[in-house]
Amino acid sequence: MSTLPPQPSGTPAPDAVAETAGPSAAAAPPLTPGRESLHYAVRNPKLLIGLAIVLVLLFAGVLGPLILDSSDPNAYVGPQAAAPDGKYWLGTTTFGQDIYTQFVYGLRSTFLVGVIGGGIAAIVAMLVGFLAGYRGGIVDEILNMLTNIVLVIPSLAVLLIVNAYLGVRSVGVQGLFIGLTSWPWAARAIRAQTFSLRSREFVDLARLSGSRTWRIIFREIAPNMSSYLFMTFILLFGGSILIASSLDFIGLGPTEGVSLGLMLQSAQQWSALQLGMWWWFVPPGIGITAVVGALYVANVGLDEVFNPKLRES
Amino acid sequence: MLRYFARKLLVYALTFVVAVTVNWMIPRFMPGDPVSAMISRARVSQPEAVDAMRAYYNNLFGFDQPMWQQYLHFWASLMHGDFGLSIWVFPKPVSEVILDALPYTLALMIPAILLSWFVGNWLGALAARRKILDNTVLPAGYVLTAMPYMWIAVILAWLFSAKAGWFPISGGYSLDIQPSMSVDFFLDALHHWVLPFLSLFLVALGGWAIGMRNMIIYELESDYSSYLAALGAPHRLIRRYAFRNAVLPQITGLALQLGVLVAGALVTEIVFNYPGLGNLILAAIQNRDFFLLQGAFLFIVLGVLIANFLIDLAYVVVDPRTRTGMAGGQS
Repeated sequence: MSTLPPQPSGTPAPDAVAETAGPSAAAAPPLTPGRESLHYAVRNPKLLIGLAIVLVLLFAGVLGPLILDSSDPNAYVGPQAAAPDGKYWLGTTTFGQDIYTQFVYGLRSTFLVGVIGGGIAAIVAMLVGFLAGYRGGIVDEILNMLTNIVLVIPSLAVLLIVNAYLGVRSVGVQGLFIGLTSWPWAARAIRAQTFSLRSREFVDLARLSGSRTWRIIFREIAPNMSSYLFMTFILLFGGSILIASSLDFIGLGPTEGVSLGLMLQSAQQWSALQLGMWWWFVPPGIGITAVVGALYVANVGLDEVFNPKLRES
Repeated sequence: MLRYFARKLLVYALTFVVAVTVNWMIPRFMPGDPVSAMISRARVSQPEAVDAMRAYYNNLFGFDQPMWQQYLHFWASLMHGDFGLSIWVFPKPVSEVILDALPYTLALMIPAILLSWFVGNWLGALAARRKILDNTVLPAGYVLTAMPYMWIAVILAWLFSAKAGWFPISGGYSLDIQPSMSVDFFLDALHHWVLPFLSLFLVALGGWAIGMRNMIIYELESDYSSYLAALGAPHRLIRRYAFRNAVLPQITGLALQLGVLVAGALVTEIVFNYPGLGNLILAAIQNRDFFLLQGAFLFIVLGVLIANFLIDLAYVVVDPRTRTGMAGGQS
């Protein structure tokens, strides 16, 4: 599933960037020095709220399992199908598994799959986008064709067959495959950005002084769009989490441990809905929505911090 | 314009070839022998039966031939519409199984995609000019886009089926009714269709509204808008120009989003036990019916390609630059 997230004002649909030299062209060179960015960052409610939610959930996911006495989120510890109370904060499943424990462990794998999937996708998107945008010509043609092909094939469908055949299922493998299929829109956006930067004077200067392609890309071009690259990574991160939850839900999630998507799957599988056990399927969905939504909102906040044009509107 | 379409068609043709090739490669190059795996899962113990099954699968996959012949053979049978036989509903051909499920998926997806696009863009454009609306549409939009499709489906099913009892909780039609062209069946199917449709519609809606809002605000702050305003043009006129320009990226976005929407429809179908492709894929995975899985994959790719092509056609109508060939550098 090549997730095209809600396009924040800095990232309109990639085509728009190329055609209309869209708003992101203005966002590209962060003319504001670091200190000024920080000044606006600590005053941006969207960024602060988004970041706060993500951090709280991240801490819960990382530290939560250390505090809990149970090391196995799927252990049968409590009464069966109990509603939330003081001992079992989020209630228990039909089998007496503690949902709070599952939730905390699930958050962990959610962040893990986001980092792996988003990270790999960002790296591939950068390599393809930079090279296509900077070199142009035949290299661009070929890479563009490749991007378009991967863009059109619905990646969830590919992931379904690969996962079903492969049989090996862990959060890492899942993240790897999500990363390898969800980079195209980001590659197109980065290509368009690179395209607008490559004819600037400082790039010409570097070229005249004999720097090599990758050196120019990483020393001259990339730093000038670092804010944009960071925002792209955030969107890919959120997208990976959503894709992973779909895969888990279909039954292609990790075979060991627990994830928020797997919790939804077992709730569905064991008719939590019909039994009215809302505490089984509400928390994992809120967890996913909160992480992804907070990331998107923080991204808009970042956009406003880096892009002076958007600040006062 | 001819060049524009030649490029597009080339990409689509190549995409299809890649999709078919991937589909062909996966069972052959993945670790493990799919034939043995399938036989062991079928839990057949008699040696004669195992031999017969092995021969059957080897023949179906054509594993006894050289690789290049297998590849060509795969294409040839595809061209004849031959996807092999389904294991899950043996011995029905895969193509038949898929064609039975396809109408349900299409009935769910086409209205959801088009309506969410229209309503989302309309809401986004409205939000861009009214502060009150903006303060509600924007946060709601972010929450909606961040929701996993299946979760909003589960919540809707819980609220409107399990609690309120307004809509059926699962299936594409009631069990006591046979699919036919009658009014009764149509109404019954419509009743079952509402909730899955609504869950797809709502998640997609948020993204379009946010995208449109941001594009309109950007257009309204651009040079041509300020110029028109300085000339004393009425706000209505400026907004109309802004809308026309802002809608173009949204059309491209629609093409890009298709894959995501297909995926959303698949998981939504599973929640509601809706008899479309999504449920078919789930059954195929659970029953290790790889022919069915691969057939469904090819149908999905084909559907996405056709939809993309239609969006390209629409783009030519809406954007004059594609007609004059100014956007030739874009493929």
